[in-house]
Amino acid sequence: MSATDQPMIDFRKQYFADERDDNLNEIGKPTRRQDITGHVTGRSPFYDDHLFEGLLHMRCARSPHHAARIRRIDTAAAERMPGVVRVLTGRDVPRNLNTLLSLLDFGIDDEPLLSTDRVRYRGEPVAAVIATSEARARDAVAAIRVEWEPLPHVLDVEEAVKPGAPVVLDIYPTNKFAYHGRYDHQKLRFGDVEAAFRQADMVIEGRYQMSPIEQAPMETCGAIAAPEQNGRYVCHTSTQALFFSLATAAKTLETPSSRLHFIGGTVGGGFGGKVDSIHEPLAVLGAMLTGRPVKFMWDREEEMQVGAPRGAERWYLKDGVMRDGRIVARSFTGYFDSGAYTRLSSYAIIKGVGHLPGPYTIPNVSADVYCVYTNRTPATAMRGFGITGVDFAIEAHMDKVAEAVGMNPIELRILNAYRDGDMKAHRRIAKNCALIECCQVVAEKAGVKLSPAMLAAASTRDGGGERARLPTHTATDEKGRVQGFQASSYAKKGARPPAPPGAPALPHAPAARPAQPGAAQPAPAAAPPSVPPSAPTAPRAGAMRFSSLSGFRRR
Amino acid sequence: MALHRGRGFAAINYPIGMNLGGDPSQALIHSNPDGKFTVALSAIDLGQGMKSVTRQIAAETLGVPVEDVYVDTADSDTGPHDMGSFASRGTHRMGNAVIMAAREARSVMLEAAAEELEVDAADLVTDGRGNIHVRGAPGRSITTMAASQAAQFKQGRTIAGRGIFLIPLSDVDPDTGEMTPVSTFAHAAMLVEVEVDDETGEVTVTDMKSAYEVGRALNPRLVEQQLRGGAWMGMSHAAWETTEPYYPQRDHGPVDFNTYLMPGPGDLAPHHISILERPAEDGPYGGKGPGEMCANPVLPAVVNAIYDAVGVRIDELPATPEKVLRGLQAQGGARPKKRL
Repeated sequence: MSATDQPMIDFRKQYFADERDDNLNEIGKPTRRQDITGHVTGRSPFYDDHLFEGLLHMRCARSPHHAARIRRIDTAAAERMPGVVRVLTGRDVPRNLNTLLSLLDFGIDDEPLLSTDRVRYRGEPVAAVIATSEARARDAVAAIRVEWEPLPHVLDVEEAVKPGAPVVLDIYPTNKFAYHGRYDHQKLRFGDVEAAFRQADMVIEGRYQMSPIEQAPMETCGAIAAPEQNGRYVCHTSTQALFFSLATAAKTLETPSSRLHFIGGTVGGGFGGKVDSIHEPLAVLGAMLTGRPVKFMWDREEEMQVGAPRGAERWYLKDGVMRDGRIVARSFTGYFDSGAYTRLSSYAIIKGVGHLPGPYTIPNVSADVYCVYTNRTPATAMRGFGITGVDFAIEAHMDKVAEAVGMNPIELRILNAYRDGDMKAHRRIAKNCALIECCQVVAEKAGVKLSPAMLAAASTRDGGGERARLPTHTATDEKGRVQGFQASSYAKKGARPPAPPGAPALPHAPAARPAQPGAAQPAPAAAPPSVPPSAPTAPRAGAMRFSSLSGFRRR
Repeated sequence: MALHRGRGFAAINYPIGMNLGGDPSQALIHSNPDGKFTVALSAIDLGQGMKSVTRQIAAETLGVPVEDVYVDTADSDTGPHDMGSFASRGTHRMGNAVIMAAREARSVMLEAAAEELEVDAADLVTDGRGNIHVRGAPGRSITTMAASQAAQFKQGRTIAGRGIFLIPLSDVDPDTGEMTPVSTFAHAAMLVEVEVDDETGEVTVTDMKSAYEVGRALNPRLVEQQLRGGAWMGMSHAAWETTEPYYPQRDHGPVDFNTYLMPGPGDLAPHHISILERPAEDGPYGGKGPGEMCANPVLPAVVNAIYDAVGVRIDELPATPEKVLRGLQAQGGARPKKRL
């Protein structure tokens, strides 16, 4: 069938029809979007459409080096320039160290809003000019003098994890995030891959590299903050996560969240690039310190080179395969290029590991996945975060496996596909599967002939039973043990425990709050974890975290 | 000097919502004086249609026409907490919160109607067109507007509802990776056709055929919009885009859309989409989240198609003409496989 004969879209209602009620009033209807008229007539208000009298503009002075020590920042000339209202440095930020996932008690504060002593990537901000126009802010940024002492840098993930590589962040001396206070990588162990490789008819290996990519929203990231009544500040923002940004601002500015009024919700594309909450704290700080409305917005160059991209990922895959196409073992070694700071990469790795070995039932699976620090722009979320890179590796690898065993690539997928009731490598039972049906529909559309057995296969049949069993033996190991980090629940916090004998002391103790109770402790009756950082009666270091109302975390 | 055609296949699944849970969403719904409803959220509409899909979910659950519902979102003074629009969580998490809120508001509306009609609220149904009537007796009816106004101005009731959806945060075993990552997965399969020019190394995606399983297409147009745009984004990742063309070196980084390569309108391949719907048991009306996964199968399918066309494996994205040409040179020209 030629492409032109096929509809551009069709609904295969015959699949899983008995699991659906297709006679609802509004659900399933192609209702026109509530906001479409405003969008197509250019009248929907985005954050940058909020105009304020006397609006000031913020722009940052940035590092030209991949890594350098800052000897001195001289803002005197910039401050004297026409239209300059104020120049901010790290000293103006009440709490100039944060990690995004502290909102989930995950990771150690590692990233300043404005660096004071050291920069770790080209483009890292060290000062922020607030001026009466964007042009004047740009001119003043050019007048800021920084004395740099360039330091050795490392850009490649596998170079970065070698002994003797330049250390990007002192809190992670081997350039690797520490998981659960125990290992320098996230492990997945299910069965015994090494034994299975020995019994497989063939072993197929591959190396895959996912490139860094820009989210490329039409509207660049930014925020406009202004004083409101009653000591409050309003902030119009492009954020993808309103309370994430609000809580980050409350924490870094040491301000009760009740003084912050965040407005957003109509955003010109995000794709993951608007979660990092870079602009909101600085715009609000600018409004606090000048008493005037302040806009902080990236231009396109900053969006592309300073804004966090989808991080690069490098994956090594190894499959043990039988001649009939059954994959009996699959192992992964993965390196996420986090760039100079953690942002969300450490978390994406756990998501990625929970996804392995892809949508297939494989009896032996193993993975070692590293969150690696390098001297590049920090990576962050992007559409498919934690999954897109490894899916590229898995599915490019499946093509090689199909060729090696001489099988139709679609049949290879159906043969190995997971089905309802199968045990997954993260030790939970699969349900609601539909991979086989998707493969069958595409084969039919493309005129690829499938064998009767493959045509008869179904996600709802022939799963479970033997396939639901946990492996009788799982090979585990202590590789990559780390010392000097607190071993607690999954959300390892950086509170430093008494160092074990012989362990190197950590260079600093960043924790501002007591350590979380371990997962094993009995759970107190927890308040809903959804309570936003509330206004404390007295100032305290940092806002309450969403999950700081401890005890609800459980295994 | 020839154009070689090839076909490549890939299949994927995709986890819906924040890994390990711990990502609540809340919704508040109330009736306005004219008997219509406002849904207050803090969700973000990035263009994906968050306001519209929650509006349909609210209308369905309340039992009122969609025109009677307005979604107001992302003012931290009025909208209750939401974790955000990412991780394909918006529809799944917020949709469930809206259902919970709408059920509570609906029950008050039905109680008000029951008082007006002098019947038992349990015997009342909505027709989705703005009427409430006694089950089996359409003649004994009252409009949703009249019931809502009676509640507020005659009976002294607030028609409102609160909703939250939370999968509690769970833990990970450091030694085995045992975890409860998510509750729901979407699925996709994709076959792409490419043309590879063995003189220039250029890759043209000429056609895409896909099947996406999305739980339930709550709004088929919004689903199609996501799948079409997302697949093109995947195509762009496969053969065009990168911020660091010589990764891990940082040289030649693009600074604008003249140097950041993306397909233009003339490069976009026709995409024949089939949609399958296997409702998620904990999804709002079975819905999952199609927004992220739609790009994923395209990347591997494109490199697999390039191999099918000329026998060159591109294991490092993007598949630039330079990489294709170097691969062709290394093997002494095109070696078509034609396996699919």
